[in-house]
Amino acid sequence: MHILYLIFVDPFVQMVHAPDLLMQTLWDGLVGGVLYALIALGFVLIFKASGVFNFAQGIMVVFAALTLVGLHEHGVPAFVALGLTILVMLVLAFGVERLMLRPLVNQSEIILFMATFGLTYFLIGFGQLVFGGNPKVMIADDLYLPSGAIEWKGHFGFVSLQKIDIAAVVIASIMVAVLAVFFQRTRIGRALRAVADSHQAALSVGISLEQIWVIVWFAAGVVALTTGIMWGARSEVSFSLQIIALKALPVLILGGFTSIPGAIVGGLIIGIGEKLGEFYWGPLLGGGIENWLAYVIALGFLIFRPQGLFGEKIIERI
Amino acid sequence: MLYREVGQYKSNYAADMAVFPILQDRIGIAVILVIAYVVFPLIGNDFLLNTILIPFLIFSLAAIGLNLLTGYTGLLSLGTGAFMGVGAYACLKLTTIFPHVNILIWILASGFFSSAIGVLFGLPSLRIKGFYLAVATLAAQFFLEWCFIRIPWLYNYSVSGAIEVPLRTFMGIPMTGPTATSLTRYLAVLTIVVAMTWVASNIVHGRIGRMWMSVRDMDLAAELIGIRLFRTKLLAFAVSSFYCGVAGAMMVFLWYGGAEAEVFAIDQSFLILFMVIIGGLGTLIGSFFGSALIYILPIALRLIPANFGIPIRPAAAEQLTFVIVGALIIVFLVVEPNGLARLWQIGKQKLRVWPFPY
Repeated sequence: MHILYLIFVDPFVQMVHAPDLLMQTLWDGLVGGVLYALIALGFVLIFKASGVFNFAQGIMVVFAALTLVGLHEHGVPAFVALGLTILVMLVLAFGVERLMLRPLVNQSEIILFMATFGLTYFLIGFGQLVFGGNPKVMIADDLYLPSGAIEWKGHFGFVSLQKIDIAAVVIASIMVAVLAVFFQRTRIGRALRAVADSHQAALSVGISLEQIWVIVWFAAGVVALTTGIMWGARSEVSFSLQIIALKALPVLILGGFTSIPGAIVGGLIIGIGEKLGEFYWGPLLGGGIENWLAYVIALGFLIFRPQGLFGEKIIERI
Repeated sequence: MLYREVGQYKSNYAADMAVFPILQDRIGIAVILVIAYVVFPLIGNDFLLNTILIPFLIFSLAAIGLNLLTGYTGLLSLGTGAFMGVGAYACLKLTTIFPHVNILIWILASGFFSSAIGVLFGLPSLRIKGFYLAVATLAAQFFLEWCFIRIPWLYNYSVSGAIEVPLRTFMGIPMTGPTATSLTRYLAVLTIVVAMTWVASNIVHGRIGRMWMSVRDMDLAAELIGIRLFRTKLLAFAVSSFYCGVAGAMMVFLWYGGAEAEVFAIDQSFLILFMVIIGGLGTLIGSFFGSALIYILPIALRLIPANFGIPIRPAAAEQLTFVIVGALIIVFLVVEPNGLARLWQIGKQKLRVWPFPY
């Protein structure tokens, strides 16, 4: 009976008794969730347009951030370095399209998935070779990102909000809005949606698949760079980020592989669920449940909705 | 000229269905077995046995296990590392509780524990498909990894939190533990791998293998012709996890001699998936090729600069290895998406008509 009390009653009692702690936890979860959502966004962009499950999205985040910091260390001014990094992501997109996607066109999904694994290994080695394997500090000040914290006093107590977190949420929202406009209103955006719907139909009306793939990988690269800057500013730029990026997978599952709103909602659910679970139920199990809770939440959802929350219904024909 | 089936007539069904219908193949297998059982133990030093052959065989077995699931049944799994871990921890608990039973029996028995866990995490596979299932198996990977670290009972409350392999003997010869020679461990690993490969080959060539393959090719159609999807998929999970569990137990008991939970981390799962894909999905021999390439390539890459006297920092060598392995994976996939096994088949076909072009 006591264990049932600890599981089903005690956490909620704690939540009501200390609403400021609850708010803090929710905020932390929200920020974490926004960053997961950003990584998932990169996945979704590429999956929609090319059907490639891009495992390298996580390492692209690290690679972009490393390039930015590395260039700055070599004396390049911060904003020039930012421009150069975007250029590097463009070159990467071209390289991936030319050397990987084009020769592998029409192969089965798992082969393409494996190829992005190869890309991951390549980028890990290459990044370490060029910029060194040590963790680096993100150049947040030079990019005029705010630092420090503000105390927010509600009628229930203090909540401390890191300014960088607020900036992350704002920038992420702006980026999603820009992407939405880009997808809905521009010529290229329409072409992207056409490709996402059907490769063959898109080809038949004269849309160049190659061009679309470069654009999509470049867009994912820019998303990766933004994620890298935000995440790097919160902790540091290191290759361990790549493992955190695996958290984007349950987010994708929740949202569905093809839905941009799904990526965002999924990210928030996972981020908040994970933090709440760790804070209120984690001690019961000895802590550290953050590592797998996201996957189990996703698994639970999946059993009831195999295509994710917002994914298109899977129709199978023989 | 040499490799030709001309004149080898089959007069009954059994001969027609044999795994190696061609005489030259049977001779080839015999030669390989002789080399493995006689030549390597005679000429092999510690480095060859311990650093190359034992791990190669163990990874091959794990790759076969994953291949049964991913290659033959079409269920993508990223939890291989954790299933290997279940085998290793189960073996440790079994030999701790019953120290007098032969360790080799426990290594094989630990596969059953792995099977049970595999079936449990395979349960969602009926509803979830493709990459969604892959992420579902990640839940198994991370949850089990957490268990290995957080449940001290599993590693016998040892202070380091690692598996410490006890000394176990087989007919008076030390089999596991610090005093066991690499030769005895090699022979044990070899025997288990050969026997289990033989079993796997019989499974995939028989009714069960056909069922798995029909599920892989199209599960709806398979259901319509009367295959029970749920059972078939769970069976695939069970057999695959059994192989992975035995491989994991051998890895700790007959190779490392002690291991922490990190050994069974997600990287291990990815590594074995590489082996399966590079070797060739849905082929047993491909598992061996893939394991050889992925495991031995980095070792060779590390040795090459040292042998040629090129001064290179160890860290840089490690990073270069990553770059080269990553690039090679892409190159291999571009050149032959069906894996090394397909190259082998093409080679055999060429050999069949050689030296005439038709």
